[in-house]
Amino acid sequence: MRRRMRGLVVTAVALTSALSLASCARDTGTQNNGAGNTGNKTGCTLAPKPPAASTTASSSAQDEQVDGSKLKVGLAYDIGGRGDASFNDAAAAGLDMAISKLGVSKDNTKELTASPQESEDAKQTRLRQLASEGYSPIITVGFAYSDALKAVAPQFPDTKFAIVDATVDGAPNVTPLIFAEEQGSFLAGVAAAYKSKSCHIGFVGGVETPLIKKFEAGYIQGAKAAAPDIKIESKYLTPAGDNSGFQDPPKGNVVAKGEIDAGADVLYHASGASGKGVFEAAKTANALAIGVDSDQYNQATVADFKDVIMTSMIKRVDVAVYDYVKAVAKGDVSTLPKVFDLKSDGVGYSTSGGKVDDIKDVLDGYKGQIVDGKITVKDTPGN
Amino acid sequence: MNVVRGKLLPPVLAIVFAALLCSIALLVSGGNPASALTAMVAQVGEGTTAVDIVNSASVYYLAGLAVAIGFQMNLFNIGVEGQYRVGAVVAAIVGGAISLPAGLHAAVIIVVAALAGAAYAAIPAILKVTRGVNEVIATIMLNAIAAGVVAFLISQDAFGVLRGNNIGTAEIAETGWVPGISFGSNGTVFGLVLLAAAVGVGYWVMMNRSRFGFELRASGESATAASAGGVNAKRMVLVAMLLSGAMAGLVTMPELLGRDHTYLITSPTGYGFTGIAVALLGRNHPGGVALGALLWAFLDKSALALDNVGVPKEIVTIMQGTIVLSVVVAYEIVRRLELAAEQRRVGRQNSGNGGAPGQPAGASAGGV
Repeated sequence: MRRRMRGLVVTAVALTSALSLASCARDTGTQNNGAGNTGNKTGCTLAPKPPAASTTASSSAQDEQVDGSKLKVGLAYDIGGRGDASFNDAAAAGLDMAISKLGVSKDNTKELTASPQESEDAKQTRLRQLASEGYSPIITVGFAYSDALKAVAPQFPDTKFAIVDATVDGAPNVTPLIFAEEQGSFLAGVAAAYKSKSCHIGFVGGVETPLIKKFEAGYIQGAKAAAPDIKIESKYLTPAGDNSGFQDPPKGNVVAKGEIDAGADVLYHASGASGKGVFEAAKTANALAIGVDSDQYNQATVADFKDVIMTSMIKRVDVAVYDYVKAVAKGDVSTLPKVFDLKSDGVGYSTSGGKVDDIKDVLDGYKGQIVDGKITVKDTPGN
Repeated sequence: MNVVRGKLLPPVLAIVFAALLCSIALLVSGGNPASALTAMVAQVGEGTTAVDIVNSASVYYLAGLAVAIGFQMNLFNIGVEGQYRVGAVVAAIVGGAISLPAGLHAAVIIVVAALAGAAYAAIPAILKVTRGVNEVIATIMLNAIAAGVVAFLISQDAFGVLRGNNIGTAEIAETGWVPGISFGSNGTVFGLVLLAAAVGVGYWVMMNRSRFGFELRASGESATAASAGGVNAKRMVLVAMLLSGAMAGLVTMPELLGRDHTYLITSPTGYGFTGIAVALLGRNHPGGVALGALLWAFLDKSALALDNVGVPKEIVTIMQGTIVLSVVVAYEIVRRLELAAEQRRVGRQNSGNGGAPGQPAGASAGGV
């Protein structure tokens, strides 16, 4: 009995090592071929490339001097706060930019952070604290603040509020800072399709919320636009309501590994801090990964895995926060874009690491089509 | 005197000990304990904080009682977390779907919430009674399942309505709202704080003035003795679990009918676990649980005030953990001291009367 067990174990070990050897061999075999070829055995059958974009250079020349030294800027973060290596951090970067460029005094800023599992009144109290201490503008990070703003903003009509990722109806002093995540994710999908050797890619979402589904929807649409026959794995770490999916790298690793085992070789994650696990899985399996929100190639927390991060879908919360503070300093928030999209460079893709340099013309071509309205990106997944 | 020493001293000591420990933690991390404690105390008078404390305490109180009723008979219902979320979601869905006259609408929602919570608690109860499945394991598992069930029920495929980037159940019509007691700019106390108080009174009456309560406590003291005395153990488990689940279902009712009127994917979780802590603090006594709930709510709100003065708000979590731990330890120490004192007393009596040494007093009183 025991001997048979041992025999089984030996066979299993032998089998796995043989398999992994085989897969190593296969990987080295395909390495030479490079990507971007059509009809080859490796990679997808690609759709015709879009016409090259006419103009992609964004005009940021009108950087006139704005004095923000009189502003008292308050920030109310969602769970995680400054240092979460995700969208709270991006908002913090926007505030730092306002301090250095607009002359906002650091003593005149206050940053407060939500506790996990706090109830609605805590959010309201946080905003009231800031408003009654004279902070204006007050920037709330995350759609979880929308109901609190609906209650608090009318009580402080002279205070300027902004909210990232949501709109608040019926409150004229609240400026929405919303993003077209699906447009940036579309480009991520195109890049994945071009770089996949097995024509099989994956998506790892943190928590299954409408917001993260926008990332998924754009990604799928972009991949299918570039390669109609592509296979796409798509999984979420936790269901809506359980926010641990944004802070669970081991779970991200397991789910990513599952998608890789199913055949995917390029993974796009929209899972906050769990993305570290996704990168880890990609590195172990010699696959590629796409970062999210900020340029993760340059992010310290995932520096160990930078060589698998081929690009990142950038959501410029920092720019939106900075632009908003600047607009408040100028006294006119109506100049802000209604939606921070590809057109206004509110979303985009990163090129650090140089892994997508060879397909930059394709990405910019698709970008041009989206900007011109020739391609409309859906914000909900579904066939 | 004895009551004061036995019941009040341990929690007071625990709070002092926790405050000391947190002060040390603050000093080590370069903070100022004095300003932190001042901010915590001063916050109560500011804005809506006092009202918020009462409101949150009513929620924690219901959760604490739901846990306590199981604790009374050594039944560890860890599943209050799942039961309250299922109860809240089902009630919110039903409340959003029906239209009834004011008053009746709210009453129906509350009843539905209790029924849904009880129904979800029935699963581990039946498993325990029929198959002997440990309720701790079953309820922990069911908590995870509840998270999935709740996510499904409020997804757009089921009953969810998209609200910007958020999803929630359809909003409950105004007839289903329960008006609060307004304190102007200091906030509004939820009307259903009274429900929590009523449940507390009901709990006390049931425990101390009803046969069921007696049997429940007897089962907790000694299951074998209780069943020898004619208590149906299985029936007790079933009823206690269902009652616990029904109370759990009520947990979010003050918030749902008093403020939120919908259950969102961002609605807070974790009240069930807070309930466990509060029940431990209050030693399952309705008055004690109420104090525990108020203390817990006060500490929760302190996080906001501390964050506002630049003290790391995580200190509150340390404090809550320390308090629970030290309360449990303190009660245990006091219990052992009293036991030792009792033994000495009995020993003295016995040697005086010439009775058999080691024979506990009254051991033969209920003998066959």
